[in-house]
Amino acid sequence: MEGIVRSVVLTKGVPDFSEGAVSFNEEGHLERGKTPTVMNPNDEFALQAALQTKVRHGGHVSGMSMGPPGYASVLEEAMESVYTDDSYLLSDRELAASDTWATAITLCSAIEKYQEEVADVDLVFAGFKTADGETGQTGPQTCWGLDWPIVTHVLALDIDPDEGILRAKRLVEGDVDEIETVEAPLPCVVIADPEFEPTYRKAAHRLTHKQLRGETQERATDHEEHMTTWDHQDLNLDPDYIGLDGSPTIVSAVDPIPKAPSEREATMVDPGDEDGMETVFEEMHAFAGGD
Amino acid sequence: MSIGSGAEEGYEHYEAVVVGCGPGGAAAAARLADHGVETLVLERGVEAGSKNVSGGLLYAEESAAYTIDDLFSDFRAEAAERPVTDYHIHNMSGNRVKSYDLTDLHDHDTDWCDAVLRRPMDSWLEQRVHEKTSETGGGVLTGVRVNGLLRENGEIVGVTCDELDPIKADMIVAADGVNSELARDAGLMDWEEPDEWFQGVKAVVEMDSETIADRFDIDEDEGVAHLFSGDLFQDVRGGGFLYTNEDSLSIGTVFHLDSLVEQEAEPHELLDALLTHPLLAQWFRGEYDEREYAAKLVPDSKKVAHREPYRDRLVLVGDAAGQMQAQGPIIKGMNHAVTAGALAADAFAVTRGNADPEAAGRRYTTMLEKSGTMDKLRPRRYEVSRRVGERDVVTNAVERVLNSRVGSLAVGNPIAERALKRAYNSPFLVSMLPDTKTGYVSLPSVIGEEHGRTVHWENEIEPPTLADRIGDLTYDTDVGNPHIRLRDESYEASGAAVAACPVSAEDFGGGCYRSETVKTNGSEERLVSLDTQPCVECGTCAVVADTEWEHPRGGKGVEYREG
Ligand SMILES: Cc1cc2nc3c(=O)[nH]c(=O)nc-3n(C[C@H](O)[C@H](O)[C@H](O)COP(=O)(O)OP(=O)(O)OC[C@H]3O[C@@H](n4cnc5c(N)ncnc54)[C@H](O)[C@@H]3O)c2cc1C
Ligand code: SF4
Repeated sequence: MEGIVRSVVLTKGVPDFSEGAVSFNEEGHLERGKTPTVMNPNDEFALQAALQTKVRHGGHVSGMSMGPPGYASVLEEAMESVYTDDSYLLSDRELAASDTWATAITLCSAIEKYQEEVADVDLVFAGFKTADGETGQTGPQTCWGLDWPIVTHVLALDIDPDEGILRAKRLVEGDVDEIETVEAPLPCVVIADPEFEPTYRKAAHRLTHKQLRGETQERATDHEEHMTTWDHQDLNLDPDYIGLDGSPTIVSAVDPIPKAPSEREATMVDPGDEDGMETVFEEMHAFAGGD
Repeated sequence: MSIGSGAEEGYEHYEAVVVGCGPGGAAAAARLADHGVETLVLERGVEAGSKNVSGGLLYAEESAAYTIDDLFSDFRAEAAERPVTDYHIHNMSGNRVKSYDLTDLHDHDTDWCDAVLRRPMDSWLEQRVHEKTSETGGGVLTGVRVNGLLRENGEIVGVTCDELDPIKADMIVAADGVNSELARDAGLMDWEEPDEWFQGVKAVVEMDSETIADRFDIDEDEGVAHLFSGDLFQDVRGGGFLYTNEDSLSIGTVFHLDSLVEQEAEPHELLDALLTHPLLAQWFRGEYDEREYAAKLVPDSKKVAHREPYRDRLVLVGDAAGQMQAQGPIIKGMNHAVTAGALAADAFAVTRGNADPEAAGRRYTTMLEKSGTMDKLRPRRYEVSRRVGERDVVTNAVERVLNSRVGSLAVGNPIAERALKRAYNSPFLVSMLPDTKTGYVSLPSVIGEEHGRTVHWENEIEPPTLADRIGDLTYDTDVGNPHIRLRDESYEASGAAVAACPVSAEDFGGGCYRSETVKTNGSEERLVSLDTQPCVECGTCAVVADTEWEHPRGGKGVEYREG
């Protein structure tokens, strides 16, 4: 590494609940096209963590999102508010209605493609839970797919570019009372906790931050120019393993979204129930490609 | 490495750190950047100007070493309101008013003079300063409050901040205004004596440019200044002003703080006395829409302008050094802050690389003297006349004469009238006026009484209540972290703040200071309590009450939109 850090931040849109305009199709799936989209609130912390890294160490931050074309607005928002350098939108019909698993597969492929075609990635940042899915799994699943270490519930972090390591303070099991300090080799995946607060105690860092703000305001005015769109063919993905067909789980109910009437069958499993969990693993086996 | 803080070993270092981005700081920073000095500017407001208030007429004196348009060429077109083309003073005695044209006094040594509003003006300056200083490797950071001086072996080498790790610098410019925490930390200024300060209070009043043109009978590129003195402010020494902006009026008062305290006067009521005076009816015509209420202390250079405003690597400029000249009714602070800021920068440039940490400070002091700035701030004439004029015996004698039939007759005769007008217009005489009731209250009211005509207009406007004024201000309160603490709650020590605080009043529960009578062990005690939420950071209670006084953290507290 040359002292500059390359980061990819995963972000997504969520229905804008404040508008009260959430709409569902006949099958009970969220019609994202008809619902105003805003950035998933927790992604803000991931983006802030990425920005802090860029301000302190220099480098490049790409925003990446999987979703309908309308998610371009979320990537644009990321550029405006946290100064990403460019955007990658993973979008086509085949990718629609993916669950966390299919999403993770898609994101992994995209990051691999990014590494091959754009640049080696040091850090992938993701938010903690989405406001619509609330599963908190896409990040970990993506990291599993990449076979990188993951640091979750991150409150503060620093990169040592020379050593190629990340040091972070994290909440232990999300508990505010217990904070541990961990180290991980780069590349790695960082899940920022909603308690994450960027800190800029150096004047030089604040000046850089201010300069980035100035530069980005111009860039964001023609966001399209800085956005790359990849579909499932670009990502070399088999439609059977992505999108709705590739999604073994569904989210049957979420608060505070009005309940989506689901016509697909869901099995409820208590994690304490061993037999039940056995079934889950069996079901997932095929998707995980773990033959 | 402490994770999350980004702290590395050692301190950050800039060649120059300028604290505050008012006119003094902006001038210093711009000039430093012109000299190619790596300059960092730290400003506690969310934007420069958000903490600042002035009347404000910004003068460009012919004799000044630097004026603001020397440093920022398009200043007048971009950041100022209207030039002053007409200047009047009104001597009032009840409804009787005698007005003098003061344009001669105003024009003396004046290249140009524009009314300004501080939020638009200072934020414009901030942009220009950031552009200039960025080129030196520095820049302007807002929302950062410097909270003290960094010392090594007892010598000042930098600053400490609430929001940043300590920073070292070869020169530190304290342009942090009145109540400079840095000047106090360095032991160069104290906040003890009320008679060293004025308190300024101001309302910005909505009025579109067509109405202004119509009611003041001026063109788009013209403006007026009116000053008011006499008995409308009870016996409090000071006066009022009205200036025209592009699409608003600035109307306010400036009083000697000791007089305010002595009379237990309520600043907002004195402002209302001006606003509701019949003379102002001609301009309001029953309409009054107040955009903003604001207040701030103003140093009196005659008493506090520091003769050697430096220590080690620290130099003071502007209000922080007490460089605020009250030339009779004319108030000149911003222009001197600009001159001093630029001179401090020049002093650093010529002594750059000198191993003696005080080289720049000493050079700056010499430049203040040689440029004639110090003599304006502390006129020798005043030093002499004060010794005589401010003695109570003399004041009382003059007062008695003025108030006697003979005195009024003397001032009232036609020859006296011409002489008085000339006297008012004489910068020489005006700079000599001792700070007694005579100049501010008795003489103007006798003039008003004897020479004035009676104003019969009805002024029916109703200024907002104090509660409404506070309610209309914008605050970002630092909850649970008050920036002022009462050291002594007794009424004797801190009670003066209840009346003198511009956002407090006796029998008003929504202000900062309140007094209450508490019964303890059969005896009664009058105590004072403090809630800093409505505070406008004017600095008054730092002087008149027993407090531990600091500015709020960066970006916190009141945010002026007009200033
Ligand atoms: C009601 C009133 C009327 C006036 N009328 C006139 C007039 O007509 N003409 C005239 O010339 N003058 C007038 N003055 C005086 C004039 O406003 C001041 O003299 C002038 O503003 C001084 O400029 P300065 O740069 O020294 O300080 P300021 O303008 O006060 O600027 C100081 C800056 O430092 C910042 N700061 C303070 N502490 C810190 C800290 N710890 N860390 C970081 N930043 C900090 C502040 O936010 C502010 O931006 C008037 C004043 C008042 C109150
Ligand atoms: S509390 Fe003190 S500083 Fe604040 S407005 Fe009142 S007098 Fe001024």
